[in-house]
Amino acid sequence: MIRTEGLTKRYGKLLAVDGVDLDVRAGDRYGLLGPNGSGKTTLVRMLLGLVFATSGRIEVLDRPVPRRVAEVLPYVGAMVEGPAAYAHLSGRTNLMLNDAAGPGGPRRDRRKRVGEALERVGLAGIDRRPVKAYSLGMRQRLGLASALLRKPRLLILDEPTNGLDPRGIREIRDLLTEVNEAGTTVFLSSHLLAEVEALCTRVGVMDRGRLVVQEELATLRAPTGRVALRTTDPDRVVALLDGGVLHRDGQRLLIRHTDAAELNATLVGDGIRVEEIGPERRSLEQVVLDATTGSSDRVEAP
Amino acid sequence: MILVELSKLFRRPRTYVLAALLCALPIIVAIVLATSKLPPPPGQGAAFLSAVLNNGALYPAAAIALVLPIFLPVATAVLAGDSVAGEASAGTLRYLLIRPVSRTRVLVAKLISLIAFVLFAIAAVLITSFLTGIGLFGTGGATQQIGLPADVTSLSGAAITPAGLAVRLLATVGYVTVSMLGVAAIALFFSTLTDSALGSAMGALAVLVTSQVLVTLDGAAAIRPYLPTRYWLAWIDFFRDPVLWRDIERGIGVQLVYLVVLLGAAWANFMTRDVTS
Repeated sequence: MIRTEGLTKRYGKLLAVDGVDLDVRAGDRYGLLGPNGSGKTTLVRMLLGLVFATSGRIEVLDRPVPRRVAEVLPYVGAMVEGPAAYAHLSGRTNLMLNDAAGPGGPRRDRRKRVGEALERVGLAGIDRRPVKAYSLGMRQRLGLASALLRKPRLLILDEPTNGLDPRGIREIRDLLTEVNEAGTTVFLSSHLLAEVEALCTRVGVMDRGRLVVQEELATLRAPTGRVALRTTDPDRVVALLDGGVLHRDGQRLLIRHTDAAELNATLVGDGIRVEEIGPERRSLEQVVLDATTGSSDRVEAP
Repeated sequence: MILVELSKLFRRPRTYVLAALLCALPIIVAIVLATSKLPPPPGQGAAFLSAVLNNGALYPAAAIALVLPIFLPVATAVLAGDSVAGEASAGTLRYLLIRPVSRTRVLVAKLISLIAFVLFAIAAVLITSFLTGIGLFGTGGATQQIGLPADVTSLSGAAITPAGLAVRLLATVGYVTVSMLGVAAIALFFSTLTDSALGSAMGALAVLVTSQVLVTLDGAAAIRPYLPTRYWLAWIDFFRDPVLWRDIERGIGVQLVYLVVLLGAAWANFMTRDVTS
């Protein structure tokens, strides 16, 4: 769906994107993580032909970008760096105008498609109020409606849940899952770990312009071969397992063991009361923190 | 895209405010003239104003002479400066481009919508000033046939028929539109350079003011024929008998050169530019 090779963008001295080999497959829900300023938005803009790469190759929907981007974009719905609309017009008028401006949006069912898209994002009841009277969350939903308007094969969303409340975030997540299950590949960038963790099947992590991780979420979150345990009898556990305890923090223990169920049976068989037990998994946060070097919006004293 | 652009133009209150402001100036001048009955001495003040007192049907021409030097170019420069830069700073430019609309088409649609605005504004000025002129100054002579203006006196002293007046006014509209296209091309070029609508409008106005100043300087005589504002007032020659074509032709030529060169530069710049707004 999206494939880049050695994609690089240089602004003067600054390397905004540095040799990125992105690989988004059909059917993925791909989450691009990274701190602010790590090059996510520049990367997204290059995929859409808004920003021209300094070097490297881009293919979207099997066609080279930006050379044949005009053939690609009709099948792509996108939101880049927040939604934008003509503030003095209503949301509905904005969608109608946007649809009329380019190819692939037949006139006869335009009104119907706009209505459906608004309904999908939870704006079915919007009236003739101009967009300038909308809240940030409503604008965000309007931007999503615009991206969904022509049933795209690929959705490219930059920070899609910005400005939404927790319930709104949940709604959008469900919507994106639904769209993805209907056959649309979803590529989103975010700095919200929880959002990506809850939605995506594949994860990429950017750090200072480079793509430092690109992996299935399930692989990243595979058990680490350790078991996390909470018990009222930590001392007895330490005594019983001898060298198996790797770390102890009050009642919480970290034990080298591949099978939590078996360990549980052993402990209980020995009369030890277990409060919590489960295989240890790396959190996505840990993955990202390990892979990235520092927040690029921090400015340290020299 | 062109229809979308026109629809955006005519859905914006700003369009009507600008047109209303353009119409207001001639109306104010007409009221002052009508109440004082004091025409500016011949040779001073805007063209046609002295002639208007005798015949209100000539007032549309006087109105164009009033709005052309400042008001109309300012309005055009503001809209043209806003056309790309405004979309860029509002963020809507990126959504147009990924819709997708080709960058060339964005520029063409913007230009056409600017032409539409200039025509709309001039038409509004002509209609309101015609009504004001007829209402305040009458049609001249003893024949008070409203709506059927009697012959008006051309600048050279001979008389032209109402039909002739209408033709000359239409030619004037065409010439003024071409002149304003030159302004639009300058502002549009600046508009592709920056994301600030105000900056590009100011840039275009700076060019025009500089040109206006240089036109009056004898030291600049060598470059005078190439200045964008040099032939702005040449449309007055439409009201001479016979029509003096020399300056009109040159004026159109100069504007076309500006149009081609600056639009070419705007296009070349816009096609290769990163849209980061």
